[in-house]
Amino acid sequence: MLPLINPYFGDYGGMFVPQILMPVLLDLEQAFIEAVEDPAFNQELSTLLSEYAGRPTPLTLCKNLAENTPAKIYLKREDLLHGGAHKTNQVLAQALLAKRMGKTSIIAETGAGQHGVATALACALLNLKCRVHMGAKDIERQSPNVFRMKLMGAEIIPVTSGSATLKDACNSAFRDWIGSYEDSHYLLGTAAGPHPYPIIVREFQRIIGKEAREQIIKQAGRLPDQVIACVGGGSNAIGIFADFLADKSVQLIGVEPAGLGVDTNHHGAAIMKGSTGIMFGMKAPVLQNSDGQILESYSVSAGLDFPSIGPEHAYLRDIKRAEYVSATDKEAIAAFQLLAEKEGIIPALESSHALAYALKVAKKCTAETIIIVNISGRGDKDIFTVQKILESGSIQHA
Amino acid sequence: MRNRYDEVFQRLKHNNELAFVPFVTLGDPNYETSLHIIQALIDEGCDALELGIPFSDPLADGPVIQQANLRALKHHVNTQQCFHIIESIRALNPNIAIGLLVYANLVFKTGLDQFYQMAKSSGVDSILVADVPIHEAEPYLNSANKHHIAPVFMIPPNIDFTSLEKIASQQCAYFYLMSRPGVTGAELAATMPKQEFIEKIKSITTTPLLLGFGVSTPTQILEAKQAQLDGVISGSSVIKYIDVFQSKAEIIESISYYVRQMKQATRQN
Repeated sequence: MLPLINPYFGDYGGMFVPQILMPVLLDLEQAFIEAVEDPAFNQELSTLLSEYAGRPTPLTLCKNLAENTPAKIYLKREDLLHGGAHKTNQVLAQALLAKRMGKTSIIAETGAGQHGVATALACALLNLKCRVHMGAKDIERQSPNVFRMKLMGAEIIPVTSGSATLKDACNSAFRDWIGSYEDSHYLLGTAAGPHPYPIIVREFQRIIGKEAREQIIKQAGRLPDQVIACVGGGSNAIGIFADFLADKSVQLIGVEPAGLGVDTNHHGAAIMKGSTGIMFGMKAPVLQNSDGQILESYSVSAGLDFPSIGPEHAYLRDIKRAEYVSATDKEAIAAFQLLAEKEGIIPALESSHALAYALKVAKKCTAETIIIVNISGRGDKDIFTVQKILESGSIQHA
Repeated sequence: MRNRYDEVFQRLKHNNELAFVPFVTLGDPNYETSLHIIQALIDEGCDALELGIPFSDPLADGPVIQQANLRALKHHVNTQQCFHIIESIRALNPNIAIGLLVYANLVFKTGLDQFYQMAKSSGVDSILVADVPIHEAEPYLNSANKHHIAPVFMIPPNIDFTSLEKIASQQCAYFYLMSRPGVTGAELAATMPKQEFIEKIKSITTTPLLLGFGVSTPTQILEAKQAQLDGVISGSSVIKYIDVFQSKAEIIESISYYVRQMKQATRQN
């Protein structure tokens, strides 16, 4: 058996999994292709997205954030989606896909807890059993989301191995699936991992960019100059980029977590500082040592704390269609505070990285520049983390 | 090279014995002890060795082997040191068949050709890359052929016939039959493969079939013999003694006793 769709984006991607998962991934690919061609599936999904999840999400022009600059910053408001982040889009789709395949249980990994929450709500809605693998360190720093998942009936599986963060939760979820694929679907949360996940997740997140493109033309009368999104694995970024790929005038910018700085050992900037490797079932840029041991990443935002990045982003970088930059913890926290103060919106720490870079661009621009920033999630889950940091004074208010 | 494997499987067939192949992680719990553990496995009569290079993210392994990987990495055992251990073992044991079980990134990062060449010159006979399924395997097979290392593939119970045929067409040292879904470990015991599955494999290849995943008892060896298999691989049930005991002497003594029992079972009918 061979995959039906090319599993590679240039040199990246592929299916680097134990042989036992090959038939499972190929079944998933087949089911995905059939589902997206089935009008009934698309109808069911689009009804769920509008009537349950609250799509379309608005595109909001910032009133005060970029004052005294010629920039117009528009926010794509995935923070307003049910569940509090863009994750819900593709989780509903994959959960429907799982049901279609006759699976009764869902496995998920989560970092910030946003994907876990989204998975838990979809499973509650669609009567699927749900177990979420989560790093012990993340369980601690994202306690509100842990409680949300439990309320919605998900079982939380704490992962203590390795760095006890997202990477280890991913390994743990895979191990679970190797033993349970008969009745379980692994609902991977980002545009990474083995084929067909990067394609499935992109296609089910494409709606972010599709809406944003229509909205900006209606609201601003033209295409944006820049679309900016944060990248951990890269699902919100690929989702908002996908429908702009053909618009060559639109600059696409992914913002990686620079943590304490990309020149320290405490960051998660895989595409900027990593090298090609094989991890998590794919060939992609990864933070690693000279032997190929995977290094622990770091970011104040749990959702970006991942040592690798989806294969399509690496490809877009290579062909120079997208550009990848970074923002530090400090810059992200300043942006987090500024959006709250100026616009009354508390963004997720993840999305704050994208916003931090947009603010830098806004300060520099000399002519009208239209920027769309993907506010991939809301920041309620992060308020305790930020409060603690601000009170300890370890990061100064910008 | 299949030569060492060919010799051992011929001898075993002649004696009506199964192969007992223990798996341990190189450098676990540290360089010195690991060297002694591996020599003890040989001294107790194991028929071939399956050795892992520690990796930070062992996706296919259960808790016991995960810990083994972490223990070795904690002692800063690197790929080069792993090859040094193999060199030392090879120098003392010219005839033992040595297989490597690695994760793809260790091979990829070093460079495929470079890795297979290093493996060959340290004395390795076969390499299994746990997260490279047959349809991604071509560049790995090319390097293996170039450096005269025999490939080994896992055959899971759900494999499709096309992939099986493709694997069977390679000059493998043996097939690593995965007894059941799931990760490595004795917590979940092996299930004997269905007779028709074994017959299907045997109809297209004469490559020896070794059963692994959840094989930890002499009884299972007898079952494997009845099922017409050629041997078994046990990893977690060997490695657990490294976890349980602190002193090197206790670890070696308990592992030796265990291997002796398992090897003895391979001779029973």
